[in-house]
Amino acid sequence: MKLIAIFLLCLCISSAWGATPYKLDIGRGGECVKDPQWMRKNHMHLLRHQRDEAVHQGLRDDKISLKNCIECHASLKDDSAIARDDSFCVACHRYEAVATDCFECHTGTRKSAWQKRNAK
Amino acid sequence: MTDVDRRGFLKTAMGAAVVSIAPGMFLFDMAHGGEAVSSRVRWGMLIDTASCTPGCNECVSACSRENGLSGGVAATDSQWIRKIEIKDISTGRAVSLPVMCQHCEHPPCVDVCPTAASFKRADGIVLVDRHLCIGCRYCMMACPYKARSFVHEPLQDQNPDVPRGKGTVEGCTLCVHRVDQGLKPACTEACPNQSILFGDLNDKTSEIAIKVRTVASTQVRADLRLNPGIRYQGL
Repeated sequence: MKLIAIFLLCLCISSAWGATPYKLDIGRGGECVKDPQWMRKNHMHLLRHQRDEAVHQGLRDDKISLKNCIECHASLKDDSAIARDDSFCVACHRYEAVATDCFECHTGTRKSAWQKRNAK
Repeated sequence: MTDVDRRGFLKTAMGAAVVSIAPGMFLFDMAHGGEAVSSRVRWGMLIDTASCTPGCNECVSACSRENGLSGGVAATDSQWIRKIEIKDISTGRAVSLPVMCQHCEHPPCVDVCPTAASFKRADGIVLVDRHLCIGCRYCMMACPYKARSFVHEPLQDQNPDVPRGKGTVEGCTLCVHRVDQGLKPACTEACPNQSILFGDLNDKTSEIAIKVRTVASTQVRADLRLNPGIRYQGL
């Protein structure tokens, strides 16, 4: 009985450790739209608001756009915001179990890097 | 249990309403000063079939390059623009022309879309809002030009300017991402004979408006009265 309890305790501890979020690779980082705490809470509203205006009205904001987010926050190592477990979008979203459907269509690669790679 | 009088209740309700719309208002404040597209502009194309070379595929490959299409022609491959060779059997006259989304004024794809994903922008460009598209493909059936494709497989490494993804319908966007930057569509730029003239049909001084006014041009399936923005010369 005691043995089982110890075993269970070990399991709990290891799973708790496993759930520790990664240290975020914030890429270039910095404050652009709003302070980080505000952005953590509200970035999804900005993205959704901007996407409808961009698609339907052609209002393409240079600052408030997924492309611009990725431009700064993609990793400096692999130019991606989604490629690794500690990538900017992935690390939090996986921890919070919120799917990032954006990237089923949008690329997670920094545009400047993509252009350099695909230059003729 | 406390009695809430009418005035008190209304005050509380108003307060709650203000809080709930506050994020929206705030978002509106954060919006930019740019100008939305308007119906003063009607983007269109005039394609000169006389100078379009049979066998030349430059517009098609430019489209694939720009929008990240595979360039394949299988039934499950996305094709936003196709080269068509037609021949009048009685006279033997052959014509080669590119056909893509005709950007109709009254698009049937928009009529049939159950989620309003298929829509016409104010400046006449017919697009799919992939955020709303459920992939039902009614628009593909409704389109008389076979201009739309369905994405069957997951995609990676899309052009950052051209998001595309599995489970949605897509078609020629008239390179909307380029047009919004003041550039011309990729096919227009790639054509070695300058057979594709792009411009604003509503601007009377634009090259395309002048040409449409002075030379005979036709719309494909004009009998459907969809008033496409793409016109063909010498068809």
